[in-house]
Amino acid sequence: MFKLAYNGNFESLPITEVFSSFLGERLEKDSRTVYVDADLMALIGVRDLWKKYPDRVLNTGIMEGNMIGVASGLALTGFKPYVHSFAAFVTRRAFDQIFISAAYNKNTMHIIGSEPGIKQDYNGGTHMTFEDVAMMRTIPGAFIFDITDNAMLLSVLNATKDMQGIFYYRLPMSEIRKVYADGSEFRVGKGNILREGKDATIIVSGALVSMALEAAKLLAEEGIQVRVIDMFTIKPLDEPLVIESAKKTGIIITAENASVNGGLGEAVSRCVTENYPVYVKHVAVKEEFGEVGPESYLFERYGFTGTQLAEEVKKAIQLRSQS
Amino acid sequence: MESDNNLKAFANDIRIETIKCLKKRGFGHVGGCMSIVETLSVLYGSVMKYDAKNPQWEDRDYFILSKGHGGPALFATLALKGFFPVNWLDTLCEPKTLLPSHCDRLRTPGVDVSTGSLGQGLSVADGIAKGFKIKGKDNWVYVILGDGECAEGQNWEAAQFASHFKLSHVVAFVDWNKRQVDGYINDVMSLGDIEGKFKAFGWYAATVSGSDTEAIKTAIENAKKEHGEMPIAIVLDGVKGSGVPEFEEMFDNHFFNLDAELADKAIARLEA
Ligand SMILES: Cc1ncc(C[n+]2csc(CCOP(=O)(O)OP(=O)(O)O)c2C)c(N)n1
Ligand SMILES: [Mg+2]
Repeated sequence: MFKLAYNGNFESLPITEVFSSFLGERLEKDSRTVYVDADLMALIGVRDLWKKYPDRVLNTGIMEGNMIGVASGLALTGFKPYVHSFAAFVTRRAFDQIFISAAYNKNTMHIIGSEPGIKQDYNGGTHMTFEDVAMMRTIPGAFIFDITDNAMLLSVLNATKDMQGIFYYRLPMSEIRKVYADGSEFRVGKGNILREGKDATIIVSGALVSMALEAAKLLAEEGIQVRVIDMFTIKPLDEPLVIESAKKTGIIITAENASVNGGLGEAVSRCVTENYPVYVKHVAVKEEFGEVGPESYLFERYGFTGTQLAEEVKKAIQLRSQS
Repeated sequence: MESDNNLKAFANDIRIETIKCLKKRGFGHVGGCMSIVETLSVLYGSVMKYDAKNPQWEDRDYFILSKGHGGPALFATLALKGFFPVNWLDTLCEPKTLLPSHCDRLRTPGVDVSTGSLGQGLSVADGIAKGFKIKGKDNWVYVILGDGECAEGQNWEAAQFASHFKLSHVVAFVDWNKRQVDGYINDVMSLGDIEGKFKAFGWYAATVSGSDTEAIKTAIENAKKEHGEMPIAIVLDGVKGSGVPEFEEMFDNHFFNLDAELADKAIARLEA
């Protein structure tokens, strides 16, 4: 069960501390846990563990492809690897290694991609991955989680720690708005209804969840009631919840900090068209690359603010009422 | 050709403008900007063929900052050489800026290749050199790699390719500043003998002090005399954060919030 704790504030505890204490506990309790990074340990806060466990916490330096290969080999000798780099480099740069060395060999691997999409703000276009979700979705049986906040990260990591397969976690590391109360629990394949409404459903994930809640608030002031679903579990998608929402509200707006090509929106669309066709509008990055700038600018630039989302919802409702 | 004194002065100006630029933004990849200043001074002050008023000039030499996070140092160099006004440096990373943190050829006049995803620049340099060769041009392509960046295997694919195709007009500098994000290269992932590695791949290779403009210039001249058909690698033996002792001594000097007071102190010292 989860409890909503949203009031627009940022998390006070750095999410990297949630991750490093989880990892520290795994390393201590389970001698099969290993961690591999490609020169970004400092950012995710595990350098102390690197010192403490020189055998099982490894730094490859800047070699993402090699990192995935090494982690695959460790998996083949019975270890449970967690690997990390920026989302762009751990997926895009090493995708064939993830596909073949890890997935095709049926290895289990927990892949942490930090600062996905516009979360790369000042690092700009080369670091900004909008395509990671699409790539990872094509891996048969892979799991994809777009992490919203601290409570979700901890719960999802605990839920998956003894499972088998390829797990990809999109991990925001800065300016994270707190959505869930500490201790909230999340289930793989189960989306969360954050708000009820009958006029439309916003299906959203990760960095945009708080924006969707803002949009819902704005819309409520105008008498429009939207259901908001945090679909952090992009794969497996919570299909029953998507279908139920289609039936209940007749309109779905998806919103994601990722490319319109192959992301959450398309996953939802396929589910809807195959089961209960209704109008689905996608808010996502269109045929564009990333660019540099502060997060506040980028949210606006890509149409991700609460106000912009609310506008899209209104347009969708209008379009629907005309047809 | 600029005299060596002028190159030293130019390097000093680049360092000052780079610090000012990073100070305005308040943070950035300070360490890796500082350690390439002297090489940029030699390249743009004396070695390279370019036209600041016509950055796309077909007969220019090309430059690639493969360690794209050193962008601000390159931007300062280009501004001082008149590719664009120096006051653009105040816009680093602002919305719609033409100067993003990492090099972007579609935005910044004088930037030949977009970089930031490490490990790709040397291959692109190979392609440019091959293009020159096919066209019968005798232009050069210069590229700066980070020492941490050299861990990316693609660099060694590019080294093999350049050697096979006798791409003698590739000049690769390795900024051997001994550090990467997580600490010292030797603690993270030891790289071994960089000069020896390039030699083993069939390159002409030499090592010089990365903070000595005269030595860098001489190394390039000597290489061009002696390399025959081999591509050229010049290892820059240096210090991350170089030229500002406070930066050099900081343990995590890859990326940090640049204290305005410290920046002013460094600038004042360099201007004296
Ligand atoms: C493919 C890739 N992986 C990781 C990064 C993140 N990153 C940026 S700079 C850096 C360290 C670079 O070290 P080095 O090449 O030695 O550069 P310098 O010391 O000159 O700053 C890392 C890991 C990146 N930009 N690209
Ligand atoms: Mg270095």
